[in-house]
Formats: sequence, C-alpha cells, structure tokens
Amino acid sequence: MIAQLRFLLQLTHGHRIARRYFVTNGFDGALTMLGLTTGFYSAGQVATSVVISACLGGAIALTVSGLSSAYVSESAEREKELKELEQAVAADLQNTAHGQAARWVPILIASVNGLAPLLIALFIMLPLWLSQAGIALPLTALECSMVLAFVALFLLGAFLGTVSGRFWLWSGLRTLVVAALTAAVILAFGA
Amino acid sequence: MPAIKRVVLDVLKPHQPNALEFAMAIADRHGGCRITVTVSEIDEKTETTVTTIESEDVPYAAIVETIRELGASVHSIDEVEVSSMAPADAR
Repeated sequence: MIAQLRFLLQLTHGHRIARRYFVTNGFDGALTMLGLTTGFYSAGQVATSVVISACLGGAIALTVSGLSSAYVSESAEREKELKELEQAVAADLQNTAHGQAARWVPILIASVNGLAPLLIALFIMLPLWLSQAGIALPLTALECSMVLAFVALFLLGAFLGTVSGRFWLWSGLRTLVVAALTAAVILAFGA
Repeated sequence: MPAIKRVVLDVLKPHQPNALEFAMAIADRHGGCRITVTVSEIDEKTETTVTTIESEDVPYAAIVETIRELGASVHSIDEVEVSSMAPADAR
C-alpha cells in the first residue's frame, strides 16, 4: 500500500507539492500560534484555559482550511492533467495508475496541508497543557509556548535550507528573524 | 503449445513513469522477463517507445494489461518470436 502510494506520488511529482504545502502551512500554523501566545502574553493575566481554547480554535480552523482548500485545488489540477493526458494517449485512463493518482494524490496532499499546522500548533501548545496539569516549567506557560514557536519556525527554515541546498543555519536564522519581527510588532501594539 | 519467446511492441506512454520506472514496473509484476524500453520519439505529453519483452514464455495478455494500467497503450506488435520446439530440440 505504502509502495503504491509512493509510486502515485512520484508519478505526479506530488511529493514536491506536499513538501511545499508542509512548509507553507506549517509556517502559517507556527506564526499564528506565536501571534496568539504573544498577544495573550502582552495582555497579561489571562487564564491558561482561555489561551488553550483560543489556540486550539485557531489550530482547528487552520487544519480545516488546509484540508479543504488543498483538496479542492489539487483535485481540480489532477483532473485537468488527467483529461489532457487522456487526449494525448487517446485512451480512458480512469482505471490506470494515472486515474488512481488523480483520486488519491489530492487526498494525500490535503492531509499534509491540513495536518502540518495542527501538529505544529499542538507542539507549541504543549507547555500550556503541561502547566494546566500542574507540571512545573522553567518559564511561564506562555513564555515556553513562545520559545517553542521560535524553535518550530527555526526548524522549518532549517528544513527549507536542506531542501534548497543552502546552509541550514542561515535558513533557520532567516525564519527566526521573521518570528522575532512578528513578536516585536505584536508586543509593540500591546504595550 | 507454442511459447512466445520475444515480442517487440510499439508503445505510447506518458512521460511519467519514465522509461526506467516503466520497465521496472513491468518486470516487477512479471517475473522471469527481460524488458528493454527504447524511447524513439518525445512530444509534449507522451513518448513513443519500442518495448521488447523476452522470456521463456512471455505472458502477453497480462503484460498488455500491465502496460495499460501504467497509462500506456500498445499501438502495434512490430516483431515476435514464437517457438514450439521442445527444450531437447532447442539444444
């Protein structure tokens, strides 16, 4: 099954699209969580349960948005490509590997696009849950979440660096700068 | 019953899978076969290939079905070698 899915992804270059969506939507998820946690930090004296609800709501919205938008757009693109290919080979390709790819690859890509922000958001929210469970943290729950957001954004940048052949540290630092600017603007507005 | 030893097909295939993946997919599904794929023409969406399949007894119908499942189509049988010689006679 996995070998077949890998074959279908290779057929349509879907693995490249999935990688791109993972980074793009992962970035969205991480920056959104950074924005929310920084905003609450700036506001001060907000109950952890309120922060968790708001962050979870944002994460779920990003997931549903990612799943639905990617599925609709990728399905349309695959269908168009399949029709063009059917014209070129003058045959019905519905029951071929290309037909299977047109049906399954949008689902795979949509899953990556939807799950990327969710998983990253849950990672960033970990300190909030740990704090609510009474586990002691080195900083406040919000500060820890903000640190994890920075870590997530650095790792996404480093990953992009390895993909593009650039030095991973510089790529990671670049996305870290974006994260720092975002946090700075939010704190400035909240001050 | 005669056995198909070698068959050369004119196959029109999409660019993906490429010639290597195409040959590997056929060989993977049909053990005991030797597959040669030569790309003779390329256009925007497809490539024309000369696909040679050799075996002790080429499972022709199954191979044509595999070619179809990979999104390709057999346009013609260009060459075929069939043998009804017993193995002892072949030597």
